[in-house]
Amino acid sequence: MASDAEPLVLKSPTLRWIEHRLPIIGFGYQHLVAYQTPRNLNYWWNFGSLAGICLMIQIVTGIVLAMHYTPHVAHAFDSVEHIMRDVNWGWFLRYAHANGASMFFIVVYIHIFRGLYYGSYKPPRELLWMLGVVILLLMMATAFMGYVLPWGQMSFWGATVITNLFSAVPFFGEAIVTWLWGGFAVDNPTLNRFFSLHYLLPFVIVGVVFLHLVALHTHGSNNPVGIDLTKKDKIPFHPYYTIKDLFGLSVFFLFFGSFLFFAPNVLGHPDNYIPANPLVTPPHIVPEWYFLPFYAILRAITFDILFIPAKLGGVIAMFASIGVLFFLPWLDKSKVRSARFRPIYKIFFWLLVLDCFILGYVGANPPEGWLVPLGQVATFWYFAHFLIVLPLLSKLERPLPVPESLSTPVLGRGMAAAPAE
Amino acid sequence: MADTTAPVQTAEGGKRRDFLELVTWSTVAIGTAAMVWPLVHQMNPSADVLALASTEVDLSKIPEGSAIKVMWRGKPVFVRHRTAAEIAEAAAVPLSELRHPEPDSARVKKPEWLIMVGVCTHLGCIPLGTAAGEPKGEYGGWFCPCHGSHYDSSGRIRKGPAPLNLPIPDYTFLSDTLVRIG
Repeated sequence: MASDAEPLVLKSPTLRWIEHRLPIIGFGYQHLVAYQTPRNLNYWWNFGSLAGICLMIQIVTGIVLAMHYTPHVAHAFDSVEHIMRDVNWGWFLRYAHANGASMFFIVVYIHIFRGLYYGSYKPPRELLWMLGVVILLLMMATAFMGYVLPWGQMSFWGATVITNLFSAVPFFGEAIVTWLWGGFAVDNPTLNRFFSLHYLLPFVIVGVVFLHLVALHTHGSNNPVGIDLTKKDKIPFHPYYTIKDLFGLSVFFLFFGSFLFFAPNVLGHPDNYIPANPLVTPPHIVPEWYFLPFYAILRAITFDILFIPAKLGGVIAMFASIGVLFFLPWLDKSKVRSARFRPIYKIFFWLLVLDCFILGYVGANPPEGWLVPLGQVATFWYFAHFLIVLPLLSKLERPLPVPESLSTPVLGRGMAAAPAE
Repeated sequence: MADTTAPVQTAEGGKRRDFLELVTWSTVAIGTAAMVWPLVHQMNPSADVLALASTEVDLSKIPEGSAIKVMWRGKPVFVRHRTAAEIAEAAAVPLSELRHPEPDSARVKKPEWLIMVGVCTHLGCIPLGTAAGEPKGEYGGWFCPCHGSHYDSSGRIRKGPAPLNLPIPDYTFLSDTLVRIG
């Protein structure tokens, strides 16, 4: 089964001349062609390359949109309408960028949950995982600032609410917020700096993605069985996974296209087609769908915790919901990576997925009635999963027998033992 | 299940796999082209720019012997009300003397009105000679100060590095005193 790619042979003297001085052809060959990949990867492993493609789509469409957009409070909204109506294919480029952001988050969330299910954050891939969390944070900042640029009502009030999170910081809160705004409210200086940073951050993401890939290629991909594979259970990336990723990409494009061409506004909020008005707040402020679970966590803390006021508590909880992911490799100490061999973890994994959907639902609706306690329970469960359930499972759960390699079947139940590294 | 791995020969000697590859790569090529075209075409003039692509000029305010500049598509257009002497001078030049041979009659719709894009055909500067008092060059037309091109009273290149006559835009006389350029 296992096979190696042909070694790289450069026939052209020109290419050999270049390669001798600048070995980029060999580098590309090593990492995109010959790279040894587990032979048992399932379709959940498509989402890493899909995320990379999403990032490229966002950068390319974004650079093009910046050619027509004007980051000024008096012109921003109109320049977006100009893109929609006047610029050749402008509607396509803007809808591709706006829906592309949603697609990027869908892909990345699936990628993250795949990592959670198959234990891809466990040694020796802790830094790979943590770099991924950094990418998520950068994506969130980029997406937030991008949503401000059209300067509609949701842009303006989203920017106001999110920047005001920092006013919860003790002592320096007001000063920080004034510094973020460049004034005493969200206004033209804010819009200008958000545009600048929205253009910058994707390239920072590209840099971190590169580190993510360096870390990935150091120990290779994890796999659905979660064991360390020997060479005979690996196959070259090309053609096996290039073609599989391309097939996944075409299916993804069908999904993306169904939004782009048939429901381009269904993931957005109609209030953002009302120009920003600093004198009127819309009756119900919601962030984009991909922030809803975090928004629910922010609003769940309605009570003071010891000396921490509710406002600060909500902000801390929201940031901690991402921050806790950095510690995941040390919270889940189970030696078995894949949930396939962890019957109890598997249940809790799906409970966490359900919990995130509940948080999303709570975040999408006004904080009234039974949704308030539901949001609080779901928030508690989110943190309990990472801080209580995972450490306990590491000690108490008895994993199923794990095979030694992909080709050797598991012999009897008595062999149950988590293989060490 | 049918065995899809064995090569299936057709009468012409092609294999099923050849056909699949052809269809796949054609689809990839068409799809890529369809995605790249909007990225290219977005840089072409947008609808609001094209909507301003024509401009109207009131000729009644231009006395004989003088000229004005109007903006059209971001560039100056020279509108010169020529005197009878200038018309005669331009018509009398033999074509053999011209670098870019064009009779004066081919460059005007009404001989007294010379309407040209006022951008030097050398490297894009605006030649002098429209406003009163500006140098008109050695041939009584225009003089480009950047690299010394001389144009005659029909806007034809006579001396200097420019290769072509000043171009004539599309225009229509809407009435005796109103012209639409573009």
